[in-house]
Amino acid sequence: MTKTYEVRLSGSGGQGLILAGIILARAAVLENRKVTQTQSYGPESRGGYSHADVIISDRDIHFPEATNISCLLALTQEACDKFLFDLSDNGILIIDTTFVKNLALASENTYEVPFTDIAQEKLGSPISTNIMALAFLVKVTGIVKESSLKKAIEESVKPAFIDVNLKAMQIGFDLAKK
Amino acid sequence: MTEKDKTKTTKEKASLAAKPESKLEEIQTKRERKTVLMQGNEAVAYGALDAGVDFFAGYPITPSTEIAEILAAELPKRNGAFIQMEDELASICAIIGASLAGAKALTATSGPGFSLMQEGIGFAKITETPCVVVDVQRVGPSTGMPTSPAQGDLMQSKWGSHGDSPAIVLYPDSVKESYELTIRAVNLSEKYRTCVILLLDEVIAHMREAVCLPDIANVRIINRIKPTVPPQWYKHYDENQKYLSPLASFGEGYRYHVTGLTHDSHGFPTNKPSEAAEMMERLRKKISYNIRDLVQIESYEMEDAKIAIFAAGITSRAAKAAIATARAEGIKVGLLRPLTIWPFPDDAVRKMLRNVDTVIVPELNQGQLIHEVQRLTKDKSDGGLIPINKVSGELITPNDILNKIKEVC
Repeated sequence: MTKTYEVRLSGSGGQGLILAGIILARAAVLENRKVTQTQSYGPESRGGYSHADVIISDRDIHFPEATNISCLLALTQEACDKFLFDLSDNGILIIDTTFVKNLALASENTYEVPFTDIAQEKLGSPISTNIMALAFLVKVTGIVKESSLKKAIEESVKPAFIDVNLKAMQIGFDLAKK
Repeated sequence: MTEKDKTKTTKEKASLAAKPESKLEEIQTKRERKTVLMQGNEAVAYGALDAGVDFFAGYPITPSTEIAEILAAELPKRNGAFIQMEDELASICAIIGASLAGAKALTATSGPGFSLMQEGIGFAKITETPCVVVDVQRVGPSTGMPTSPAQGDLMQSKWGSHGDSPAIVLYPDSVKESYELTIRAVNLSEKYRTCVILLLDEVIAHMREAVCLPDIANVRIINRIKPTVPPQWYKHYDENQKYLSPLASFGEGYRYHVTGLTHDSHGFPTNKPSEAAEMMERLRKKISYNIRDLVQIESYEMEDAKIAIFAAGITSRAAKAAIATARAEGIKVGLLRPLTIWPFPDDAVRKMLRNVDTVIVPELNQGQLIHEVQRLTKDKSDGGLIPINKVSGELITPNDILNKIKEVC
């Protein structure tokens, strides 16, 4: 693992990417790592672009936005097209094939999973797609411990939604094992 | 919960309404001394509470809204007051009024609201009323680009109000520093009896970082000087040796007049040239005679630097990242970062200009701070002073700065 890990979670407003970013950052804080979490989004609360950056490092982090992305999660075609070229040479690309249909540069570091479809099918709603994809990302990259992610989810979502999100997390972990 | 904590909580409940000190204890208990993920705006809100702010009036605006949101929830618990006003004109006037009644008052806004507040800021300065305005900058002019970062209000924060009005403006670069400089802003407003402005970048206001806030016992608080003379001897604008005069609150038996007109030492309007000049000089001197107390800078990797970057706020963080890469390649480059942008750190900038060949000034505007550096440049040709500007709503990146460093070295 590199000393500084730059993650970009991208998609559209309403997919819960900023919450996913906060949860990932919180998991890093639980491990006493240095972390910054930033975001960029359009004025719409749903639709429009949205992305969250999380940088995790053992050293002080100066610039808080991802410029050399170690891992890109793209939940929409637009996000994938926009940020693909900021992915570092050995960077990991994770796409939600429910929405990302065209992929210009598939490499061995690309994971193609229909997260939204799976969430709809197994949890009855796409609402926990963000957590499922985040858990998948954590399992594949190993940037934080699975237990830290679990604790961060419990700290970050409303009590009524902890169960469904932990289920989504487990599905994400299981998908990554395959 | 330990036995000790239990006692404390019970004690607190009992004394919550009675003792003003209970405010501080409550925050301390709630805080739990641990590292948490915190947003810049949250840090400002908690800094305000720790500094003793007990009055907030404002009108919500992105990207400053979280400050109002948190204070709306927290102030009433601490016997403080939160008022959502009809607009920013009313907001600035409300905090001035609250301050004259003895409150520590703060408001938070962004560019469009900051423009509306300028008249009130001038009023706070001429009436020497302590208050703090937080301006979380976004792309302007006018409504501009909500939620996109810019550093376009640097000059406005000094010159936005008409007339000569010496300014104190602080500018943090991290979540932790947002907390610290909010406390400092409140302290300086109380000490110098003026409106202090805290400028924030959108990215810092919305960014989350791991922060462990200090124990409340270690937070240094400055309260306004209260008059010790009997009411009949009180002068609202009295000069002591450092141009800092005591301030009586409304309702304490001291009578004075408050007006935006040029006034005498009791606050009554005057057109006498000698009294007008004295008032204006006092406003100037209380800042310029206290430069050392007001100016804070960070000097980073400057010891052997041949190239210096002069940058504030978020842009300085891109500079630090660029410096790390450049230094690894053997390029001697450093950063001078003002934490106080007004008054401008003239001496530190002069020293920097003496020691380096080239100064790069990156800023998220079309060129503001660079003119201040230029003002202090005597012997150097224009070639030694290089701007990097961006106003597209994106940040200046480490690569933007690194490329410029490589061009000049």
